[in-house]
Amino acid sequence: MSGDARETGAVGDVAHPSVVAVQERFGDAVLRQEVVAGDEHIVYVDPPRVLEILKWLKEDLDHLYDYLSDVTAVDYGGGRPIQVVYQLFSITHRRALRVKAELPLSGLEIDSVVPLWDAANWLEREVYDMFGVVFRGHPDLRRILMPERYAEGHPLRKDFPLRGRFSRAEQTRRALSQEPEDYYIPEEFDTGREPQIVHWQESGGGVESATDPRRGGGPVGGEESRAERAGDTRGNEDAREDEPDRHDVPRQTDQDR
Amino acid sequence: MSKRTVEYEVSRTPELGMDFRPRSGPVLPTELEEPDFRSENMLINIGPQHPATHGVLRLVLELDGETVVRCIPHIGYLHSSFEKLGEYRDWNQIVPLTDRMDYLAPLIYNCAFVMAVEKMMGVEVTERCKVVRVICMELDRIFSHLLWLGTWAIDVGAFTPFLYAFQERERVYQLHDQYVGARITTSATRVGGMLADLPEGWTDGVREFANTLPRTLDEVDTLLTNNGIHAGRTQGVGVISGEDAINSGFSGPNLRASGVPYDVRKDRPYYDYETYDFEVPIGEHGDCYDRYLVRMEEMRQSCHLLHQALDRLPEGPINVDDPRVVLPSKTDCMNDMESMIHHFKLVMEGVKSPPGESYFPVEGSKGELGMYVVSDGGSKPVRWRVRPPSFVNLSVIPKLVEGGLLADVIVVNASLDIVLGEIDR
Repeated sequence: MSGDARETGAVGDVAHPSVVAVQERFGDAVLRQEVVAGDEHIVYVDPPRVLEILKWLKEDLDHLYDYLSDVTAVDYGGGRPIQVVYQLFSITHRRALRVKAELPLSGLEIDSVVPLWDAANWLEREVYDMFGVVFRGHPDLRRILMPERYAEGHPLRKDFPLRGRFSRAEQTRRALSQEPEDYYIPEEFDTGREPQIVHWQESGGGVESATDPRRGGGPVGGEESRAERAGDTRGNEDAREDEPDRHDVPRQTDQDR
Repeated sequence: MSKRTVEYEVSRTPELGMDFRPRSGPVLPTELEEPDFRSENMLINIGPQHPATHGVLRLVLELDGETVVRCIPHIGYLHSSFEKLGEYRDWNQIVPLTDRMDYLAPLIYNCAFVMAVEKMMGVEVTERCKVVRVICMELDRIFSHLLWLGTWAIDVGAFTPFLYAFQERERVYQLHDQYVGARITTSATRVGGMLADLPEGWTDGVREFANTLPRTLDEVDTLLTNNGIHAGRTQGVGVISGEDAINSGFSGPNLRASGVPYDVRKDRPYYDYETYDFEVPIGEHGDCYDRYLVRMEEMRQSCHLLHQALDRLPEGPINVDDPRVVLPSKTDCMNDMESMIHHFKLVMEGVKSPPGESYFPVEGSKGELGMYVVSDGGSKPVRWRVRPPSFVNLSVIPKLVEGGLLADVIVVNASLDIVLGEIDR
């Protein structure tokens, strides 16, 4: 909606008491507001202050948004910022409010709201998994739906092709070289690890072997692929600092459809 | 908390008490000092392929003896990225994806999705369509609760209720079949209406079902509700307070079992639910037994709602008269050029939605099912998000089982009524 957002206050709906109050209290931190689909109120807030604003909305007695329905994100594509969307509901006052924070692609970081709502735990993990948004202060920010070692990036981003970044052959190779034992070890309990952020075109081994006709083919045996995988991760770590603008680089993988 | 709801009288078996746990350890000679049996905690893995996990859920448990110290759920084994697929399909083509998420209550998902799209587009469906959708949703609420009832009974060790529940489910399958021609993958809704009007005699079938289901429920009631084994197995197990339940995002029967009367049908009414006469059962202890009681009562209330909806089912068209979303009739297509072009464009390009977005929550069988749709003016969504009730309910399982016994993990998991198709999406 960023393009044609209706700058409201003037829309002929009843003013939402929480929208008015949050604007009065936080002033500049409320960037704009919007009414969609007739009666759904959205407040756009300044990302660094989202935790503070949500805490107030949750605890202030006139608002009491004690129920966090949903945390999700929207990517409009084309380099536009990714919106993190919080769906709040007050069971006491029977009022709903949507709070959005827009994060530029160069800085996908926002405070976690797990200290306020336990419900945010898995929801934020999903947003991280699918969009790559890092939630600061999250107790256990790991991938949740995709496998831990998934190296193709974050699937719900618009720059992610529908069938994945690697070729089918490469995807098959990776799937077959998974070691089931890796997923049954006590390290399961090492929660609170550093989140894995994939800068996909730099994850050297994977992409290269996908484009390399000599190795694109069948599955590769256990030992070799294990070593390769370790190599992948290292490549990832090293390349993390340079290449600031990773989103505008065109896809390099071959898609053998 | 509110006048609309009634406190459901929970019948308890007092002789068992809330804390039906073995207290004593192994019998040892008293004069000897108790040896220290403590050693390393054991790590065990349940699933992903295990009948009691209700799908491909994997639980990693750290055990101290039989006590669960930590529980880490792993999900994603059924991940098919429906939300991403949806971004490559037009609005009506997404409907078949929705019933593959929760195949235990497909009609609720069909309805919820198109309701969100209609709200975003500003399409108001006909009165008949509203009532038909209410019938569909209540029918599938029973459909889903019946499956929960059967598997729940098996998980606590009773086999007979499973057969009773599946006998009743078969009748709902047949009603699905008569209406849409499919037993599970219904895809019954379209933006602006339903795929077809109700077939002749279908409402009689629904009425017959709503009349006779309570009898089966009574039979299951006599088997389970005052059954000492069942009560002892479930009372005081997996307890969560109302406050914690709200904070954890619990919804649906699980939340109401903790004494919070939050029901989307009452608190954020849609489709005239405020004009129907029904009660929201709530529990008071927040344990597995209360979740059982709440769901049993919800099925009876849904029967009640089915009767009311059937009584008020108005005549008239089922599809809205809006050329933006509804195909012209076949006769018109064959007779005039404009209708033919219109038909062609709607089919080839899909229904176009103006830019906007909407979050539409409905009371699904598992909890608050929210459909969040975002459009940029095209015929395909920019984002289609499902607020998955089972996903959020399952995220609480570590809190419910940690400190309890290993055997209770299965009971707690069964009491949450999860469906992995929707958790993994």
